[in-house]
Amino acid sequence: MSQKTPAIEMNGVWFSYDKTPILEDISFTLKQGDFLAMIGPNGGGKTTLLKLLLGLLKPDKGTIKVLGEAPHRARRRVGYVPQNTDFNNTFPVSVMDVALMGRLTRSRMGKGLSSEDRPVVEEALHKVGMWELRNTPIGKLSGGQRQRVLIARALATKPEILFLDEPTAKVDPEVESNIYDFLKELNRQATIMTITHDVGVISRYVKSVACVNRTLIYHEEPRITHEMLDMAYECPVDLIAHGIPHRVLPHHGEE
Amino acid sequence: MLEALQYDFMRNALLAGLLVSVSCGIIGSLVVVNRIVFISGGIAHAAFGGVGLGFFYGFSPFLGAAIFASGVSLIMGVVSLKSKHRADTIIGVLWAIGMAVGIILIDLTPGYHVDLMSYLFGSILAVPAADLWLMLPLDGFILLVVLLFYKEFVALSYDEEFAFVVGIPVKTLYLLLLGMTALSIVMIIQVVGLILVIALLTIPPFIAEKYTRSLGQMMVLASILGIFFTISGLWLSYAYDLTSGATIILVAGVGFFFSQVLDGIKRRRVSPGVQI
Repeated sequence: MSQKTPAIEMNGVWFSYDKTPILEDISFTLKQGDFLAMIGPNGGGKTTLLKLLLGLLKPDKGTIKVLGEAPHRARRRVGYVPQNTDFNNTFPVSVMDVALMGRLTRSRMGKGLSSEDRPVVEEALHKVGMWELRNTPIGKLSGGQRQRVLIARALATKPEILFLDEPTAKVDPEVESNIYDFLKELNRQATIMTITHDVGVISRYVKSVACVNRTLIYHEEPRITHEMLDMAYECPVDLIAHGIPHRVLPHHGEE
Repeated sequence: MLEALQYDFMRNALLAGLLVSVSCGIIGSLVVVNRIVFISGGIAHAAFGGVGLGFFYGFSPFLGAAIFASGVSLIMGVVSLKSKHRADTIIGVLWAIGMAVGIILIDLTPGYHVDLMSYLFGSILAVPAADLWLMLPLDGFILLVVLLFYKEFVALSYDEEFAFVVGIPVKTLYLLLLGMTALSIVMIIQVVGLILVIALLTIPPFIAEKYTRSLGQMMVLASILGIFFTISGLWLSYAYDLTSGATIILVAGVGFFFSQVLDGIKRRRVSPGVQI
C-alpha cells in the first residue's frame, strides 16, 4: 500500500438510528501516519463515527474507505480499543487469553496459534504493564487495568491503523501518559485515531484534531479552533475546566 | 441403584443422561456466556410444533422436533441480528406459535392422543436404544465444532465487536451456535422434558462459571456437574418412585442454591464488613 492512499476517506456520510440523525454529511480525509484526536460532546456521534470506520455500522448514505478499502475489508489491518471495559466481567478468561484474541484472523480459523503469537502478545502486555498479571482472570482486574489489557489486545493485531475510544478514561494519570508515550512511538508505524476528552493529550501527543457533533470539523494541527467551539460548546467547558485553555485555544484574531 | 442396572431401560437412561450432560455442559456454557437463554427457551417451546408435525405425517417426532428447532433457531438468530430492539418480542411470538401449531397438529391426527406431559416433563426412563445412537454422533459433532473453533467462540462470546473487527465471521458462528443449541435442546427434551430444559442448560454452567478460569474448564466442569445431577436424580427417582425429569432438576436446583450460599459465605469472608 503506497503512502499516498489515505488512512481514512469519508465522503458525504450520513447515519441515523431509527429516524434520529446522528451524523450528517461527514466528509474528511486523514492521511497515513497521522495521530488524530476526536473530541466532541457526549452523544455527538464520536463512537458512532468510529463504529462506521470499523464496519460495525453501515452508513445510510455516502462512502467510507479505510486504507483504500471498504471498512469490512480493511478489518484485518485495523486495531480497536473499545470504550466500555465493564462487559462480561464474570466471563472466565485470563488476561493472556484476552490479549491473544488480538492474534485471531479469519484465515487462521480452526487452526492453532503459531509460534510467533505468544512473543507478540508478551511484548504488547509488557508495553501496557500487564505482563505480571497475565494469568489473572479479566474480571478480577480494576477498570483501568482491564482497559490496558484491551489496549494490548489491539496492539497484538499489529494494526496499520488503530482506533481507540477513550482509552484512558479509567486509568490514573501516570499510566495514561505511559500509554500515550507508547502510542506516540507506535505512531511511527501506524495511523492512530483516538476519542478523548483530555486536553493535555491533544497538546502533547496528537498531530490533528477533529470535533464531532453531528457534523465534523477537521483541523490539521493539534489545536481546537473557535469554529469547533462554536459548533459544540460543550467541548470548551470541559477543556477550560482543565485550566489550560491557552495551550489549545488560539486567542481571538489568531485564526 | 446397582440392582436397577439389570434393566435395559435403566442402563439406557443412564447413558442418555451422560450424553445429554456432556452436550449441556458444552452448549449450556456458550448459552450462558452469550446470554441467549431466552432464545433457547423459545427454541425449546417452538420445537413442539415439530413434534406435532411428526405425529401428523407419521414420522419420528424426535426428527420433527430437530427439523423444527433448527428452522426456528435460524429465524430467531437472523431476527436477533437484524432487529436487536424487538428480538425478544419476536422470539416470544415464535415461542407461542410453535407450541400452538404442535397442539393443533396433534388434535388433527386421527385417533391419537400424544402424552403432552411426557414432552413437558420428559421420559428418560423410556429412551429407546435407537435414540442413544442418534445422540452419540450429535455429541461428537458438537464436541468437534467447539474444539475446532474454540478460540473463535471464546472471542465471540467475550467481545463480539472485537471478534468482528479482527475478521471472524461472527454472524455465521452465532447462527452455528444457535443451530447446535437447537439440536441439543431436542436431545435434552427426551430426557428432562421441555419445561425443565432451560434448567439443565443453565444451572450446571452457571455453577461452573464461578469456579473456572477458562471457557473450556467451564464446559468440562458443567458437564461433570450435569452427569452428577442426572445420576443422583435418577437414583432418587428410582428409590422414591418420583418423576425422573423433575427429580433431576430439583437435584440441580439444590446444587444451584448450595453454590449460591457457599459463594455468599466466601464473599463475606473476603470482604468483612462490606454489605453486599
